[in-house]
Amino acid sequence: MGLQSTTAVPGPVPVLAEGWGWRHAGRKAPAVSDASFSIEPGERVLLLGASGAGKSTLLHAMAGVLGDDGEGEETGRLTVAGLRPSDARGRAGLVLQDPESQLVLARVGDEVAFGAENLSVPRPQIWDRVRESLADVGLDVPLDHPTAALSGGQKQRLALASVLAMRPGLLLLDEPTANLDPDGVREVRDAVARVLDRTGATLVVVEHRVAVWADVVDRVIVLAAGGGVLADGPPSKVLAESATRARLVEAGVWVPGHTPQLRLPAAPAPGGPLLQAVGLDVARSRKAGPVLRAVDLDLLSGQALSVTGPNGAGKSTLALTLGGLLAPARGELSTTPALHRGAAQSPVKWKSAQLVARIGSVFQEPEHQFLTSTVADELEFGPRRVAKLPEAEVRRRVDNIAERLRLTRLLRANPFTLSGGEKRRLSVATMLATGPDILMLDEPTFGQDANTWAELVTLLAELVADGKSVVSVTHDADFTAALGGSAVRVADGGVQPVQTLRRAA
Amino acid sequence: MSADLMTPRLSASPFSRANPVSKLAAAAVITVVVMLSVDWVSASVVLAAELLLMPVLGVNPWLLFKRGWPLLAAAATGAWATALLAEKTGAVLFQLGPVVFTDDSVAGGIAIGLRSLAVALPGIFLLLTTDPTDLADALAQKLKLPHRFVLGALAAMRLVGLLVEEWRTLGLARRARGVGAENRPLAKAGAFVGQAFGLIVQAIRRATRLAVAMEARGFGAGRRTWARESSYSTVDVWVLLGGVLIAAAAAAAAVAAGTWNFIFV
Repeated sequence: MGLQSTTAVPGPVPVLAEGWGWRHAGRKAPAVSDASFSIEPGERVLLLGASGAGKSTLLHAMAGVLGDDGEGEETGRLTVAGLRPSDARGRAGLVLQDPESQLVLARVGDEVAFGAENLSVPRPQIWDRVRESLADVGLDVPLDHPTAALSGGQKQRLALASVLAMRPGLLLLDEPTANLDPDGVREVRDAVARVLDRTGATLVVVEHRVAVWADVVDRVIVLAAGGGVLADGPPSKVLAESATRARLVEAGVWVPGHTPQLRLPAAPAPGGPLLQAVGLDVARSRKAGPVLRAVDLDLLSGQALSVTGPNGAGKSTLALTLGGLLAPARGELSTTPALHRGAAQSPVKWKSAQLVARIGSVFQEPEHQFLTSTVADELEFGPRRVAKLPEAEVRRRVDNIAERLRLTRLLRANPFTLSGGEKRRLSVATMLATGPDILMLDEPTFGQDANTWAELVTLLAELVADGKSVVSVTHDADFTAALGGSAVRVADGGVQPVQTLRRAA
Repeated sequence: MSADLMTPRLSASPFSRANPVSKLAAAAVITVVVMLSVDWVSASVVLAAELLLMPVLGVNPWLLFKRGWPLLAAAATGAWATALLAEKTGAVLFQLGPVVFTDDSVAGGIAIGLRSLAVALPGIFLLLTTDPTDLADALAQKLKLPHRFVLGALAAMRLVGLLVEEWRTLGLARRARGVGAENRPLAKAGAFVGQAFGLIVQAIRRATRLAVAMEARGFGAGRRTWARESSYSTVDVWVLLGGVLIAAAAAAAAVAAGTWNFIFV
């Protein structure tokens, strides 16, 4: 029949790769080549490698969703439970990084039932499985609860429950916590550990923050960037071996016990105020109610300010308002002459050319801010088309910034084809090109590897040393500590008092 | 936004519990009868019945107006145009230069306007009182439409909700880059096209990821079961009966009044 029958033996599943490789159609180099390993039923594996080493491709292959001959060329052999992965549908469950784009249905119960329905599980059993899976991941909401109303961590636990309802013998997780705040990361990690303890399923997880999964996994496989397997063994051994460790560090993997080397300029004493909020209420739109009320905040030149707090607390809305992109719902947001330099008092009234020369807002998703088809055009857009600077000045700035952010080699590339770290560097560079006094960044380090992370911290510290003001909305405690300056915590509809930080050594 | 689209705030009226297929059938019967004749009597009977039934159906008049006002405007425009352009028979009611309204042309205009509203309302009622998931279940289980198509459309609808939010974010993100610096209409149009293109790129990315997630959960592999049974109840008998009664009453009233005007004759 080719269908998964409900009497199929559940239980942990083995994975076997023998010289396996995959080349995506239209690409010259293979994404993965010559991968060989054998994963026993019930093993818990952390899959590591440099970005571009093909970790996600391998994971998708195990899930049987890589597509057929038309979409790429396969070499070697890869089996799940002794079958081709596409014939073993339902034996493997895949959870992806982005919580939003893996939800199918509107209600929690229906979402969990979806996979079981597709496997032709009889109706009464489906609802037993739904309840069991939700209990497994600790998601205690009514079955008709709207999926859209869940937090990021809850959505990822829902995605996990949806996969569990298929009773998979193999759990495949593709950076499931990269987009979550620290509470969300813990929620998801603990749910996975609980599920594995109960079902004994095999686990393969891709994640570059090793510390998150260090206590859960019992084996680490490191893919080499040029093909093959670089290291394979228990975490204590693989991560302690100095040559492997050095290669992982070089590849930007967050290896436990290693902090990226930072050489930061001394932080200056903050200067005079640029932006002042008094009794400010902020709201996403004119119709929506305020998410934060009565915010009092001074932003000084040469100040690094981190805005922290749980997901959905209103941090991003505050940054958009301070950045002159959203109108204040109530209260006052004014600028000092040092910043407005003759323009209107309120940033939201500024013309585009005035805005980009004063405040640069870097959004969480770099692609949202890409406007052109080459990196060079992207960098030139602000200085030439918006600020209308003389051509020589445009050239000077673009060359300077491309050099500083290591984009010179990529000037002719299409922004959408860059790697995650390169996209992030470009989105910061486009904002710096018009020389704003204030830089606002929304989760600048989300999903970044250790190398990009270190670069970002260094760059922002240099900007602060130059007297710029840098505001970062962030969950990343390491980032806040490394950058220093001051921090405000957003919670319960308001902003708690400013706290001065000493920069971590 | 997405919550609005996919989980409409449905009232607890019995009508919202009826099977979407019977609502569709009732709407179809009424629509066919109204379409068959251009006259104000049948259209008024249907329209009156629809308006009177609103409390029973659990349709909030304010919500209806908010969602349906463009239709009201379209119906009024249609009525005006018909009155202006229809054959000028009967007594002249109003004349100003070439603008002439007569008895018959005004009656024709009113009939067209009423008819447009009478035809449009059942569809709007269906959408306002039906959960999209229930509609998909009914279409696949009762009407046996291919489930790949129905569930694909349902998942796509959720994405539409997300894209509304994405459009706003894109607008802000692009303003931060300085897009919209120029006030000339051509530059504004260009900025709009650019933003629309950005939205399409994001939509394709999301759709691809969603397709992978669905495939990984066994979607499209062939036969499937349904966790929610789409079933008929006595409410459905009433809904169908109501539809047939309204249609019959409209036709009978028009014939009795002598206004029945079969379009194919």
